[in-house]
Amino acid sequence: MRVLAALSGGVDSAVAAARAVDAGHDVTAVHLALSRNPQSHRTGARGCCTIEDSNDAFRAADMLGAPFYVWDLSSEFQEKVIEDFISEYAAGRTPNPCLRCNESIKFEAVLDRAMALGFDAVCTGHYAQIFQGPNGAELHRAVDPLKDQSYVLGVLTAEQISYSMFPLGDSTKVEVRAEADRRGILVAAKPDSHDICFIPDGDTAGWLSRQIESVPGEVIDAETGNKVGTHAGAHAFTVGQRRGLALGNPTGDGERRYVVDVDVKNNVVMVGPPVLLDIDLIEAIKPRWSGPIPANGSRIHVQIRAHGEALPASVHIGDELVTIQLDEHLRGLAAGQAAVMYDGTRVIGSATISRSRRSASV
Amino acid sequence: MAYLDHAATTPMLPEAVAAMTELLGKPGNPSSLHASGRKARRLVEESRERVARSLGCSSAEVVFTAGGTEANNIGVKGIAWDQRNRDPRRNRIITSAVEHHAVMDPVRWLGESEGFEVTWVKPDSFGQITPDALRSALGEDPTDVGLVSIILANNEVGTINDIAALTAVTREFGIRFHTDAVQAPAWLEVNFSQLGVCAMSVSGHKVGGPHGIGALVISRDCHVTPLIHGGGQERDVRSGTLDAPAIVGFATALEITSARKVETVARVSALRDDLVRRVREIAPDAIYNGSVTDRLANNAHFVFPGCLGDSLLMLLDAQGVECSVGSACSAGVPQPSHVLLGMGADEDAARSTLRFTLGPDSTQADVDALINALPSAIDRAKRAGVPKITTAPVRV
Repeated sequence: MRVLAALSGGVDSAVAAARAVDAGHDVTAVHLALSRNPQSHRTGARGCCTIEDSNDAFRAADMLGAPFYVWDLSSEFQEKVIEDFISEYAAGRTPNPCLRCNESIKFEAVLDRAMALGFDAVCTGHYAQIFQGPNGAELHRAVDPLKDQSYVLGVLTAEQISYSMFPLGDSTKVEVRAEADRRGILVAAKPDSHDICFIPDGDTAGWLSRQIESVPGEVIDAETGNKVGTHAGAHAFTVGQRRGLALGNPTGDGERRYVVDVDVKNNVVMVGPPVLLDIDLIEAIKPRWSGPIPANGSRIHVQIRAHGEALPASVHIGDELVTIQLDEHLRGLAAGQAAVMYDGTRVIGSATISRSRRSASV
Repeated sequence: MAYLDHAATTPMLPEAVAAMTELLGKPGNPSSLHASGRKARRLVEESRERVARSLGCSSAEVVFTAGGTEANNIGVKGIAWDQRNRDPRRNRIITSAVEHHAVMDPVRWLGESEGFEVTWVKPDSFGQITPDALRSALGEDPTDVGLVSIILANNEVGTINDIAALTAVTREFGIRFHTDAVQAPAWLEVNFSQLGVCAMSVSGHKVGGPHGIGALVISRDCHVTPLIHGGGQERDVRSGTLDAPAIVGFATALEITSARKVETVARVSALRDDLVRRVREIAPDAIYNGSVTDRLANNAHFVFPGCLGDSLLMLLDAQGVECSVGSACSAGVPQPSHVLLGMGADEDAARSTLRFTLGPDSTQADVDALINALPSAIDRAKRAGVPKITTAPVRV
């Protein structure tokens, strides 16, 4: 097969491409330039954005004998990932930019272009597995539970999965590092990427405050309706958050208070005792299915954070809304995050959480 | 493999390789006072005379640099600073919108960091700077102009400027004129004294010489504030140990290129014309950029509508045909061509370019290879399309 390998400049994508070469594929490497300002040299790695990463990717491709190119997707990344990230926060939601990037950049813009240019598949260093099932290609969890990235790939459609290649899904990170070392890949010891690649210092709140106008507003007690404090800008708060509230007077019972709701429209942050965070019903929109759509009432597991637990639940699919009834209640869930649904290790699909609440039964 | 990117760099001539490598293991710093030093010095001075003969200047006017970019930086910053030091009113630089980055970026830097005023002259639709355009850039009172820098032959679209006609415009005002001639000596008769400029940049590896060597030809009466301070080896304009082997390689290549020029130009321009004709047969919608008459003999430059230049380059590369998108890269990312934008093309066109540049050793087989590979490349690149730019492009 003619395979387009996306090389970030890190260990994982380099080993993934090496395995594709070993499997006999005709591999061409591309590094995705996602940053508008790539002139920065930083130590370490966050998976994209620096000239250093681009050079590391070139060196890895060269070792594999793969032609190497840089594809400029900074415009698409700016529009579909960064601006989406800002507008979601501005709307009081908590987005996951890695999912958006996989959905609209890596497995859409890049995949589409690769197909048009005559490639048969796109290969990345994601930790996930693809198996051929009765209904075509299936996306499954990686064998390494610590590295499993099926959650951020939950936005892939069945068609996108059928053109994808994840050679690392059957290995642990320890094995991949050892293999990189054995192969003489120079970045074998490079640290893992973390956090959000376009916020280099990791200070998301500070970065957002420079993008979104902060208007001070009131902090309201959700139980009494009383004003209990002020905030510098509602978008900086996430449901479930406790720190940074700076509320002077404690509650009557001395219990800690959490953000239980963020009402950006009225610029109000609602706080309350943790019991108000308990939910068991998730409503989600914009579903993306990785295979056949499950029947109503299907028993599934749902994961709502990149490294969260898979929670048993049942699912109902309406015209626009996917409703997920959890078996047990859950504390603190922010709108905007993705709910990724699993059948065992297989990814069923994902949807964006729009609302969560307590069902009558709790 | 068909190498059609000679404007980026062209292989060293075997004679230049032999002349240079013979010296690499020998002792002698041209500035040393002993016998080995004198021998190295003699090689440098002989080379300087050979370079001067090839470029129509006197040997005292040749200042060796570490390449074309350094020569351009000295020619732009060094002259602009000197002129302003002599007369603080001379605070304006005139240059064109289609310069190489090695002129454009120093000028922009002088504007942003050194307080110079910059006037960017727009070329005509062929990429040419007309005397009228320069005259209007000078304005009614050109006494504030310290430097004009206009490229001799454009590196992207191959358009040749009539530098002598342009210096005729500035001469009466005593304005210093620099030209970036890096692409010129391989294909044109370049005669420094006839151009009327006071400084001219050339480069070794564009004429079959080694990389990392070039020269700024500076007329005797033109003063320059140095950029690099040190031993003052080159007229105090440029410091650094002289690279005798590279200088000998450069002089050898330039001399041979000059001697063979008439024959090379006739043969290569016929090949280029064949290439252009056949590309247009394959892609009738392709736009041939630049001038037909005032053009480097080895250059063919197209816009392929609906195809990202980037995609075409990769597809042709996979079939062993090597060319260029023609524009500068930032961290390996091709930027929309500022030359095409300067010539009035839109952003999509400026990202859909491909430059084919032939060399003295190019053959009919190279052109045939391109013609065989191009139809499927265009087909696929069209399918991949040109993604629309939704946000402001990175500054070029």
